[in-house]
Amino acid sequence: MGQSGEREPESPTGQSVRPDLLRGLTQPRFSRRRFVRGAAGLLAAGSLGGAISACGIAGTRDTGWKDGFDWDAWWSEQSKQGTFDFANWPLYIDRTKDGSPTINAFSEKYGITVNYRPVIQDNATFFAQISPVLQAGQSTGYDMVVISNGWQLTQMIKNHWLIPLDHSRMPNFKRYAATSVRDPNYDPGNTYTVAWQSGITGIAYDTNNIDREINSVKDLWDPAFAGKVGMMADDTELGSVGMLALGIDPKTSTPADWERAADLLRKQRDAGIVRQYYDQSYIKALQQGDTWISMAWSGDVFLSQQSGNKNLKFVVPDEGVMFWQDNCMIPLHAAHPVDAMMWIDYFYRPEVQAPIADWVWYISPVPDAKPIIAGKLDDPTVADSPYVFPTPEIQRKFVAYYDPKGVEDQLKWTSIFDPIIQS
Amino acid sequence: MSTKLRTALVPYLLSLPAALWLGIFFVLPILTILGVSLMTGNSIDGWTLTWNFSIFGDAISTYATQFGRSFLYGGISTAVALLTMYPVAYWIAFHGGRFKSVLLFLLLLPFFVSFVIRILAWQFILADDGIILGALKDVGLIPEDTHVLSTPFAVVAGLTYDALPFMLLPLYVALQRIDRTQVEGAADLYASASARFRTIILPLSAPGVYAGIVLVAITNIGDYLSASILGGPSTTMIGNIIQTQYVNNADYPIASALALILMVALMAAMAVYARVFGTRTLQEHVT
Repeated sequence: MGQSGEREPESPTGQSVRPDLLRGLTQPRFSRRRFVRGAAGLLAAGSLGGAISACGIAGTRDTGWKDGFDWDAWWSEQSKQGTFDFANWPLYIDRTKDGSPTINAFSEKYGITVNYRPVIQDNATFFAQISPVLQAGQSTGYDMVVISNGWQLTQMIKNHWLIPLDHSRMPNFKRYAATSVRDPNYDPGNTYTVAWQSGITGIAYDTNNIDREINSVKDLWDPAFAGKVGMMADDTELGSVGMLALGIDPKTSTPADWERAADLLRKQRDAGIVRQYYDQSYIKALQQGDTWISMAWSGDVFLSQQSGNKNLKFVVPDEGVMFWQDNCMIPLHAAHPVDAMMWIDYFYRPEVQAPIADWVWYISPVPDAKPIIAGKLDDPTVADSPYVFPTPEIQRKFVAYYDPKGVEDQLKWTSIFDPIIQS
Repeated sequence: MSTKLRTALVPYLLSLPAALWLGIFFVLPILTILGVSLMTGNSIDGWTLTWNFSIFGDAISTYATQFGRSFLYGGISTAVALLTMYPVAYWIAFHGGRFKSVLLFLLLLPFFVSFVIRILAWQFILADDGIILGALKDVGLIPEDTHVLSTPFAVVAGLTYDALPFMLLPLYVALQRIDRTQVEGAADLYASASARFRTIILPLSAPGVYAGIVLVAITNIGDYLSASILGGPSTTMIGNIIQTQYVNNADYPIASALALILMVALMAAMAVYARVFGTRTLQEHVT
């Protein structure tokens, strides 16, 4: 047993002052010599640290392709490589136990091996992973990545980290793409991106607990639902819904509008109406009854309804509904760009899109897939769903997000809305 | 080389591996973080060192609430873990008999599952209409609108739960090391059970208490998972802020400054604690 001889003898009287306390208070900790030695060591380390920190950290500006680069000439020199690396989000393509039928058919048809990796969990983290690589002028190892419209995508474009798409190689996009995914405000003319799938951020509520009709964004502010309202922790989503409630169009909003929206959101939080600011887990909270009404993404609610939660209802509020897209793009230094272009063209065919839309249940970028799902795939639930093929009335309510002008602009946005989420 | 010089150099050469280890894995990263925190700029233009010392004041004033909350939650969870695990460790060490190892193993068994998964499981267990609250509401023991998730209680409970093994193990080791003859001797001299505990067992287990508190408090004060999964609108801890600033906003200087402030605050707290509680006991325990 750990009996060390130097242990203080126990006082038989049960003394009031502990010996270790006494020792700690009376004995010096450092001798002078030790102090001098320590100071010398610190000094040496300090000069080393100075050398490191003097370098600063390089920014991402001018780390992409140079202005005036002749991409037409570049594309004309590229050719099919027979392989293709694709990073996507989980559960975002049709899947059987033999892999994805869509990918397998593509491989068979064109002789291209697809390395499909569902590695993207959220935009910020994925961007944080690939940006140092792109900044260093190296290949990410992916020929195609899928990023939502938002600050990360804006940076990809502004940094010149994306290869402009070769529009001559994607006739099917021109022919079949839905109007809603053409020429988006964050990427005019689809120069760099095409939609993988889209979705809308509306309101979901539980009809077991709420028996009145929900039709307005303002219902999220109803004191009757205090403590049962789920809001999103994503500052872009949160700020946008705040502006919708005030009748402001997020796309053309100004910092003054952001402040007003923030005030409204802060009031909602301080009145105890907000249960929590959720990430993807908002849907679980709704299903569990932790929340009765929540900001929600269309596809999640549809999926939840199909898996038995018939009491959940998704509504497109009168004020409008935020329309977002997950976009395919080819990062700079991609090794197999032609194969990636062939994939884009392939996947915009209605007969290819149909099984994906039938499996993913978000908004399909190809409306012509609808008759195929209804007919050949015999799945009227999906074909008739306004969340997969939105009706013109719903499409008229689509609202675009604010597209940050630059990094200061974006930081202004986060500095206004983050303190609401993280209080 | 003279023998004298060689003799003088030996201790330094012998400490070289440890010094290198510390230098590369502690001093260098800390200085880098310090350097980054003093920079200004943004992700596109890059950051340059501008000796922006004001960031520390700004960071403290902006996030004082979250700092305070982290220490509060960390402190409560540490105290609760200590109070619950001490009797457990005591019982196993003194009365576990030949089942000691089995009992320890059983207590540690849940912790073979990832922390994230276990915290997510609590989300299910504590759901408003879940297996516990739902049942209690059905029999009318608690009001319909009671909820546990999204409250400070849930966050502290999550922190405490995860701290249990880290508290248990050092306590058990310290209690196990106690020489039983001393306890028996005290009993022979007519010391009551409570006097034996107060004057022998508690002081001799102090190193374990100390180590357990240090291990748990440092981890819990810096934690962010419990708050992000079990917390609500006003349970943000400083770890959550650091994570958001670093990953989502790529604001490296503020994230670095907050991390440094947290570290310095923890070191100061530990220094005070060590001074009051006695460094000798810690050294005894560590060596």
